[in-house]
This record gives sequence, structure tokens and C-alpha cells, in this order.
Amino acid sequence: MSTVFIAFQTNETSRGIVEAIEDDNPNAVVSEMPALVKVDVPDSMTIRRSTVEEKLGRRFDLQEMHVHLITLSGHIDESDDEFNLSWKQ
Amino acid sequence: MTDIANAPKKKLGLKERYALMTRGLDWETTYQPMEKVFPYATYEGIKIHDWDKWEDPFRLTMDAYWKYQAEKEQKLYAIMDAFAQNNGHLGLTDARYLNSLKLFLTGVSPLEYMAHRGFAHVGRQLPGVGARVACQMQSLDELRHAQTQIHSMSNYNKLYDGFHSWRHMHDRVWYLSVPKSFFDDAITAGPFEYMIAIGFSFEYVLTNLLFVPFISGAAYNGDMGAMAFGFSAQSDESRHMTLGLEAIKFMLEQDPDNLPIVQHWIDKWFWRGYRVLTLVAMMLDYMLPKKVMSWKEAWEIYAEQNGGALFADLARYGIRPPLGWQQACDDKDHLSHQAWATFYQYQAAAPFHTWVPSEEDMAWEAEKYPDTFDKHYRARFEEWTRMEAEGNRFNNGTLPQLCQVCQIPMLFTEPGDPTRICYRESEYNGETYHTCSDGCKNIFDHEQEKYIQAWLPVHQIYRGACFGPDADPTSPDFNPLLEVIKWYRYDVGVDNLPYEGSRDQQNFQAWKQMTTSNAPTAG
Repeated sequence: MSTVFIAFQTNETSRGIVEAIEDDNPNAVVSEMPALVKVDVPDSMTIRRSTVEEKLGRRFDLQEMHVHLITLSGHIDESDDEFNLSWKQ
Repeated sequence: MTDIANAPKKKLGLKERYALMTRGLDWETTYQPMEKVFPYATYEGIKIHDWDKWEDPFRLTMDAYWKYQAEKEQKLYAIMDAFAQNNGHLGLTDARYLNSLKLFLTGVSPLEYMAHRGFAHVGRQLPGVGARVACQMQSLDELRHAQTQIHSMSNYNKLYDGFHSWRHMHDRVWYLSVPKSFFDDAITAGPFEYMIAIGFSFEYVLTNLLFVPFISGAAYNGDMGAMAFGFSAQSDESRHMTLGLEAIKFMLEQDPDNLPIVQHWIDKWFWRGYRVLTLVAMMLDYMLPKKVMSWKEAWEIYAEQNGGALFADLARYGIRPPLGWQQACDDKDHLSHQAWATFYQYQAAAPFHTWVPSEEDMAWEAEKYPDTFDKHYRARFEEWTRMEAEGNRFNNGTLPQLCQVCQIPMLFTEPGDPTRICYRESEYNGETYHTCSDGCKNIFDHEQEKYIQAWLPVHQIYRGACFGPDADPTSPDFNPLLEVIKWYRYDVGVDNLPYEGSRDQQNFQAWKQMTTSNAPTAG
């Protein structure tokens, strides 16, 4: 089984994003390294705008992730409401 | 939460906005045929039937690009300014750390600038508009990376040695020909090969190994400046990796004839990039005073796990993992130890300081490399420690043989036998050419006419092409190696030689003491 991942700079916004990922992806594994936080999920990962907004208590444009993002893997499918990472095989 | 759910929606969705902002922008010529305007689009043999099938998965439009890049810059420069204003360099774990930055500034930052040029060129030459927009963004990103790295590290140049002539050195210094020739090789390829070389093999398969563990290590060692430029750069890399993956999928979906061409480029550029990362292996395992992760661990996460998932995914197109993949995985136990030992021996010839690992550091190496460190590498470092204690530091005064392709000295060992140096040879037009591995030999044998032109620093030194105009080889006390490093613009005896006793070490210790003391300082 393949894993997709995403990593963010450790900060207050990414804390909300990571909490949202954990809520929406029950198999998510979060690991913290100096100044960065990485989330691995088997096969595919969904980041929902609505969940992130709930965590942050404000409106959130998913493209705002670019500012906090460090790296990711997998194929991206992005809309206004969801950001998905997956492997196709 | 209802007010959030009912918040006014933008009139167009992301997919529609992206389509409107990128399509129809392309250049349809009227008085010249398209093939004359895009002269490099077909000669590599890649067949493209419908450029509209290209899609940027991030769907980033130029207006959003400027907005988020501006935010990134503001964040980055706020951190860099604060770090400089607050004497952040004194919060470093140890000034030995700075030597990894010297390697970064001389070896990596000039590549960022070359990537900027490369993507500007490829964005001009690819006939499809989606690819052109993405290449334009990446070209701007790469320029930003070069600039932010230079700005960040210029703060250290005010206080520490070895940061002064990075651009001059990049074009001349023996080991810097490794990253330089890598990028020169890519940028002189055709536009599709460049996309596979840099966009896919380097960005997708390999840059994580540099920008994630090393930059996390920079943060761990107290360097907020490098942390800021590194993570800011890597956030662009996420987009670049996506571009690289899209490029490969697009080529493979457009025509089945593209598969063997693309597979060969993957084989070639995986190995070229992997060889360049030898420097990163050494930075992680030997140059970070506080170590965050071993090269082996980083390789397992970012190459074996992530690259493994990637190549499993691409198998549906008939792509297999690159040739050399297994050897690279096997070598993870050896790479950094062999590389650091080389720099240690050639300390006079590098503009940064080297040291033998302490007993504590060797215990770390042994724990991270239980199968190899004690068995193959510890004894050599212990012997060098003993020689240093006797005032007889080991220096290698002869010039190493270089690989014709990767230009790294012949320091790598045979697959499966870490006690024998690996040498390969090829004959071409009556000459013998030497390579360091099966990977580099395969690359040479496929494009001899390109690689026989390599500017190999050791050959050039023996030709007499690496001396300044005032060097006099007929003088009785002529010292060729000294003349070479003067031509490299080293501040001889200050930039190079051991860390122990260096001006960097003395200044750092003195300045650290001043942070907690009001005692007047001597001198």
C-alpha cells in the first residue's frame, strides 16, 4: 500500500489544517520534526475547507495552504472545497 | 458555523477560473510557421497531439500566484531581518554548522539561478500554453530562491569566512563542478528532457532529501535564516513537483512512442541527481552539529517510501523504477561516510572547514549505521584522530581521478563490496574515458559526444588552465596546488584547513562569551 503525505511549517494556521486532516482522515499519522509537521495517510488524503474553517474559526481559501506548505506527494485534485492527494494504482 | 457555510461563494469555481485564465493565451503565429517559432519542440522525438490535455493540478492562476508569493516573501524577510537584528548567528549550536551553508551557497544557490534560466527557456520553447504558464511561474520561483538564499547568507558573510566568492568558485572549484555540470547538462538538453531532468527527476524524486531534512536540521541548529529560505523555497517545490509529475503523465498519455524515450531520461537523470546528493548525505550525517535525521533515514522516507509509491503509480504507463535505484538504496549505508572522508583528506582544497567526528558523533553514526560504520569506517576516523593528536594531520596531496560524467572523485565502492573502489571504462574514438559506476558509464555510453566535452577540474589543473596570470611554473618554489586555490580565490589558511583553531571557531567562541558577560574583550 502506498502512502501520500503533506508537510507544513509549524505554525498556528498549520495546526488547524493538521487537526482538520486528522478529523477527516482517521488513518492519518502525524509526525513532528524541528520546525515542520508531516502527515502521512495510506492511499489518499482529503483536506476539507469546511473542516479547516471550523478549526481556525475563520474563512479559509485552500490555496492559502501554499504559504505554509513545505512538501507533499501524490496526485493532486483541487477544488474550492477540497484538496485531495492520492496514488492511482 | 452557519455563517461560514453560507458565506458568499465566488462566482466561478477554481476549475473554471483556471481554464479561463490559462487558455487562449497561447501564441498562434500568422506569418511564420509554428515549427519555426518552436524549433526545439520535435527533435527529441517526443510526440504531442493535443496540448489542451495539459492541466496544472494546482490550478494556480497568475493573480493568485502573485498574491501568495508576496505573502511568502513578507514572511521570509520578516524572519531574516529579525534573525540578523537579533544577532541570531550567536544562537547557532556551533559555528561548524556554517560549513554546511558554505557548501549550500557555493553548490546549490547558483543552481537555483540556472533553474530560473532553464524554465524561462523551456517555457519559451514548449508550444502548449498550460505548460508555458507553469514554467513561467517556476522560472520566477527559482529566481526568488537564488535571491533569498543570497540575501540570507550575506548576513553570515559579514562575520564568517568562506562566504565571499561563491559565484566565482562555482565555475572553478573541483567539487563544485559536480552540481555545476549537472545543471549545465540539463539546460543543454532539449525542452522535454529538461522537464524530466529537473521537473521530474530532480524536483519530484530528489529535492525533498535536501530541503526537508537538511532545512529541518538548520532550524534544529538555530539557523532561522536558512529555515525561512529553505521552507519557503520548498513550498514552491510542491508546485514544481506537481509540474514534473504532470509533465511525465502528459508525455506518456500523448503517445506510446514516448515511453522508451522518457524511461531512458528517468534512468539517466535519477542517477545524475542522486550523485549530486552525495553532498547532502554528508551534510546531514557529518556537518550538522545537532543531527536531525541520518541520510539513511531520509533516503528511506523520501526515496524508498515516497519514490516507491511514485514508481508503483507510474507502472500503469509501463514505467519501471530507474536503473540504479537498487544500488542507490544499497549505498545508503555507505555514501556519507565515504564522502566526508574525501573532504577531510582534501581539506586544503575546499573553502570550508572539516573535522574528524568526535567520539560522541561516532557513537551516533554507529547507532544509525549499525551494519557499516564500526565495520568499515570507524577505524579510519580513529586513525585520523590519533594522527591529529600527534600533530600529523592526514592530508592527501595528490589529485583524485574524476568520473567523466558526474565529475565526482573516484571514491565510491563496488556494489556489494565496500572494500574496493569502483572503476568503469569506456573506449571512444581511441580514447579511454573513466566513470565511477555502472550508472555513469551507461550515461556516457549513450551520449559520448556530449560527455567527452566535460570540463574536468583535475584535467584542467594538469593542463595548467587553473592558475592566475601571475603564477610562474618555472620558479623553483612553484607550488601548483597553492596556485590553484589562489585562482579559486580562497583566503588561504583562513577559508580552508581544519575547523579546530580556525578564525570562525575563535570568533564564534569569543562572541558567544560576550552574550553573557560585560568583561572587556581583548583586541
